[in-house]
Amino acid sequence: MTDAIQTPVPVISCRNVWKVFGPRPEVALAAMKADRDARPEGHVTAVRDVSLDIMPGEMLVVMGLSGSGKSTLVRCLSRLNEITAGEILIEGQDIGRLNEAGLIELRRRKMGMVFQSFGLLPNRNALENVAFPLEMRGQPRAARIERAREMLALVGLKGRESYFPRELSGGQQQRIGIARSLAVEPDIWFLDEPFSALDPLIRREMQDEFLRLKGMLKKTIIFITHDFDEALRLADRIAIMKDGRVEQIDTPDRIVLQPATDYVARFTAEIDRARVLHVAGLAGPVAGRAIDGPALPGGQTLRDLARRLVNDSRDWIPVADGTGRITGMLERARALDILLGDAA
Amino acid sequence: MSMVDRIDLTPPSPRLNAPILMLGLAALLILGRAWLPEGLPAGLMRLPEALVVPFADWINAAFAFLRDDLGLMEVTRAFAAMLEWLLDVTANILYGKNRWPRLGPLPWSVVAISMAALGWWLGGWRLAVLAGGTFVWIAVMGQWQWAMETLSVIVVAAPFSVFAGLILGIAAWRWKGVQRILNPILNVAQSLPHFAYMIPVVVFIGVGPKAGAIVTIIFSVPPMIRMTELGLRKVPEEVVEAGRMGGATPWQLLTRVRLPTARGDILIGVNQVIMQCLAMVVLASFIGMPGLGQKLLQLLQALKIGLSVEIGITIVLIAVVLDRLSRAWAKRQPLHHALGLSWARRHPVLLIWAVAVVLAFALSQLFPLLAQVPRREALSIAAPVDMLVDWLIRLVDPVTTWLRWFLITWVLIPLRDAILWLPFSAVLIAVAAAGWAVGGWRSALVMLGFIGAIALSGWWDRAMITVYMVGFSVFLAALIGFPLGIWAAGSETRANRMLLICDSLQTFPSFIYLIPVVMLFGVNDVAVVMAVVTFAAVPLVRYTIEGLRGVAPELIEAAHMSGTTRRQMLWHVQLPMAAPVMLVGVNQSVMFSLFMVIIAAFIGTQDLGQELQRALSVSDVGKGLVLGLAVAFMGLAVDHLLRQMSERMRQGGGA
Ligand SMILES: Nc1ncnc2c1ncn2[C@@H]1O[C@H](COP(=O)(O)OP(=O)(O)OP(=O)(O)O)[C@@H](O)[C@H]1O
Ligand SMILES: [Mg+2]
Repeated sequence: MTDAIQTPVPVISCRNVWKVFGPRPEVALAAMKADRDARPEGHVTAVRDVSLDIMPGEMLVVMGLSGSGKSTLVRCLSRLNEITAGEILIEGQDIGRLNEAGLIELRRRKMGMVFQSFGLLPNRNALENVAFPLEMRGQPRAARIERAREMLALVGLKGRESYFPRELSGGQQQRIGIARSLAVEPDIWFLDEPFSALDPLIRREMQDEFLRLKGMLKKTIIFITHDFDEALRLADRIAIMKDGRVEQIDTPDRIVLQPATDYVARFTAEIDRARVLHVAGLAGPVAGRAIDGPALPGGQTLRDLARRLVNDSRDWIPVADGTGRITGMLERARALDILLGDAA
Repeated sequence: MSMVDRIDLTPPSPRLNAPILMLGLAALLILGRAWLPEGLPAGLMRLPEALVVPFADWINAAFAFLRDDLGLMEVTRAFAAMLEWLLDVTANILYGKNRWPRLGPLPWSVVAISMAALGWWLGGWRLAVLAGGTFVWIAVMGQWQWAMETLSVIVVAAPFSVFAGLILGIAAWRWKGVQRILNPILNVAQSLPHFAYMIPVVVFIGVGPKAGAIVTIIFSVPPMIRMTELGLRKVPEEVVEAGRMGGATPWQLLTRVRLPTARGDILIGVNQVIMQCLAMVVLASFIGMPGLGQKLLQLLQALKIGLSVEIGITIVLIAVVLDRLSRAWAKRQPLHHALGLSWARRHPVLLIWAVAVVLAFALSQLFPLLAQVPRREALSIAAPVDMLVDWLIRLVDPVTTWLRWFLITWVLIPLRDAILWLPFSAVLIAVAAAGWAVGGWRSALVMLGFIGAIALSGWWDRAMITVYMVGFSVFLAALIGFPLGIWAAGSETRANRMLLICDSLQTFPSFIYLIPVVMLFGVNDVAVVMAVVTFAAVPLVRYTIEGLRGVAPELIEAAHMSGTTRRQMLWHVQLPMAAPVMLVGVNQSVMFSLFMVIIAAFIGTQDLGQELQRALSVSDVGKGLVLGLAVAFMGLAVDHLLRQMSERMRQGGGA
C-alpha cells in the first residue's frame, strides 16, 4: 500500500461491468456479447460493459435519461445489486469476492449513501436516524449520540434532534439522510438524485449546502442527477449514460465542446454553453500575440465574465490561471458568439 | 372481453360455448327430474351411498393415531397445563379466583382507572371516557365476575397468538416454501366456521377455560400471520437499502429496520387478533367457557330478553373499547417532546394514573363498594327493558307474526323443498358452468372440486339447506344493503357516518346479533334468517359506499360535462366502476352469512350447523371437521367465483 500514496490508484475502478435483469441473466449476457445488437426477450440490460476509474477526492456526476441505468450502476458499486459480469475494485479490492461479513464491514467503514426518497426510518427521530449506522456497528450509545448531534449540527438541523421524519419538511428530511450517510465518515459517498424530490428553492439551498460540505470533507463522490445545471455546478467529471452504456466520461467543458457521440451532442444541445465553458478551456495558445491589459481568470465561466467580455474592446484577451500566469488568449468574437447563443 | 370477441373473426371455438352447453345439460337433468315418468336414475339424483367417501372415519383414525400412538396428547396436555397456570394467575388478579398468587381481585375502580388512563394516552379524553365508562358500567351492573372471566382468557390468549403469528408471518415472508404451504392453509382456516375449531380441541383437552383459551389462540392466529407478512412486504425498498448501506446484518435489518417500519400493519394484526379472540371467547361458551358468552347463551335459551340485553350491551361495549384502543395504538405516531421538559411534564398520563390508582386502592379499603359491587346491590335495567320490549313486541306482533307466517309458508319452505328437489348432478354441472363462464376450465375444475367434495362427503342435503339459508339471506341483505349504501354514498357526511356505524357493527361478536331477532321472532328459521340478513348487510353497505366513493372524480366530472342525469350517472358511470369493489362486499357478505348460519344453528335449524353442534356435543372430530370443511369449501367456492368476476371486471375497465 505504500506506493499507493505515491502514484494515486483509483478509489473505484470498474472493469467491463454488466448488469442484466431477468430470469436468466447469464444466458442473455452471452447472447449480447456474441452479437452487439442482440436484445434478449424478457431481460433488461441496465448496465452495459461499463469501465471507469474514479480518483480519490474526485466528484463524478452521472447523468442520463430515466431508465438509462444510473441508479443501477451506483447500486452495483455499493453492491446493493450483484453484477452479472465484470469486476468492481474498491481501493484495489474486488467487492464481488467479499463475503457477507466483509461486505457489511466495507459498508460500515467506507461507504455512505443518500437516497432520492430519503429512506429514513419512520419510527426513529432525527438523532436516532443519524445514529443508525453507528448503532449497527456497535458503537456505545453515548458516543454515537454525540456524533449524531455533531452531524445534525453540520447539516443545519440543530434543535430538531428529537423530531420525527414525519414532522419535518422534505429538505430537512434529506438533510437527515445526508447526516446519516456522513456519520460513519465514509471515504466514498454515493448520492442518488438526492435533491430531485425537493422543490426548486430548497433544491438550490441544498446544493449550496452540499457544495459547502463537499469543500469541507474532501470525499470521493458519485452523484446522480437529471439536472444539468446541478451537474455543472458540482462536477469534476460528468459521465453520460444511455441504455446502460457510458457514452462519455469527461470534464464538463469537454463534454460540451467535444461530444464523443451524436447522443451526447444532442443531450447537451439545449444547455447554455456560456454557463459551462470556462475561459481557460476556450482560450487558444498565445502564439506570439501581444499581451496587454488585465487578464481574465481562467477558472470562471463565460457567463460569470459576461459583462467584462462585452465591455472589453480587445480582439484577443489574455487568460491567466489561479497564480496569475498567462496560459492563453481568448478570441473575444468567439466568446461573444457563445455568450449570445449563436455559436455554430 | 367483448371487444376481443367481436374482432376475432375465426369461428368461435367450442371453449367459449362450454358454459352454455353445460347449463343446457343441467337444465335437461332438471327437466328430466320433472317430467320423466319414473324420474331420473337414482345415481343422478344423489350420490350413491357406495360412493360416499368416509372422510370422517379417516380423520378419526388419523386423530387416534396422533393422540394415542404419537403421544401428542402428552404434548398438548403439557401446553394446556402451562396455559391453565397462566389463566389461573390472571383469574386471581382480575376476579379473585382462589389460586396462586392469591393477591385477590383488583378493585374494579383500579381497573376502570387504568383503562381510562390507557384510553387517554392512546386517543385523548373521548377514548378515556369510553374505556373508563365501560368498566364502570360493568361493575355497576354486577357483571364484573363474568366480564373478567371473559377478559382473562383474552389477556392470556392474545399474546400467544400475536407471538405465534409474528413468527409464522416472518417465516412466510422469508421463505417462499413456507408461504406456499401456509397460504392455502390460511385460506381454509379463515373460512372454517368457529365450531370446527372447537371439536379437535375438546378431544385433546376436554371442555373448560383452557380448552376455550386454546381454541381462541388457534382461531385468532391467521390474521396476525397475514398482517405480519403483508407489513414486511410493504416496507419501502429504500428504507431497507438505507439499512443495508448502514451496515446492518440480516438480523439487524429484520429487528431494527423491517419490523419497526412495519409496525402499523403488525399492530392492525394485533387489533384483529384481539377482536377474533373476543368473538371466539364468547362462542367458546359452547365448550364450557365461563363468562359473558355462557351467561348470554343461557339467558337467550331461557328467552330472558332484558337480562340478555344487559349482557349484550356489555359485550358490545367491550368490543368497541378493545377495537378503538388497539386501533389507536396502531395509528399512534411518535411525537417529539419540546426540549428541557421534566420527566413529569413528558409523562403526565403516567403520573396521574399512578396517583389515581393509589387513591383508588386507599378508597376501596374504606368503601368496599369501590372494590366490588355485590350482585344484590348492582343496578339492573332488565325490568324496564323487558317492559319496553313487551310493549314493542305487542306493537309489532301482528307484523312479525304475519311476516313469520308468510316467510315460512311461502318462501322458506318452498325454497328449501325446491333446492332439495334438485338433482345433485344438475347442481354440480351448473356450478362448474358458472366457474367456466368467469374463469375458463381451471375455474370450472376448482368449483367442481369444492362442491364435488361436499357431495362425496355424503352431507349433500344438509349442505343444500345451508346454501338455501345463506343464499336467501344474502339476497335479502342485498335488497337492503345496496340501496342503503347508494343512498349513503350520496353525501360525504352521510357516507362517513354510515361507515362508522358499519365499522362498529363489524366489531361486535356475531353472537350479539341473535338477541334482537330472538326477541322479535322467537326461536325459529325466520329468526336465523333475520340475524343473518342483518349481519350480512353490513359489508354490502360498506363496500357499496367505498366503491361508489372510490370512483375517480375526473370521471364523474367528465360525465357531468357530457350532460348525464343523476340516474344515468349512477347506472352508467358509478355503479359499473364500483362493481368490482361491491363484489368484494358480496364475497364478505357470503362468508359472514355462512358463519352466522352455523352459529345460529342452536336456535334450531336443520343444516350443517345443527350437525356440527351435534358433533361437538359428542366430540366427534371426524364428523366435525368434515362438516366444517364442507362449510369452508362452500365459502371458498363462492370466494373463487366472485374474485374471478371482480378481477375480470377490473381488467375490462369496469364494464
Ligand atoms: N430490480 C430490477 N428488476 C428489473 N429491472 C430493473 C430493476 N432495477 C432496475 N431495472 C431496470 O433497469 C433499467 C435501469 O434502471 P435504473 O433505475 O438504473 O435507471 P435510472 O437511470 O436510475 O432511471 P431514473 O432516472 O428514472 O432513476 C430500467 O429499465 C429499469 O426498468
Ligand atoms: Mg434512478
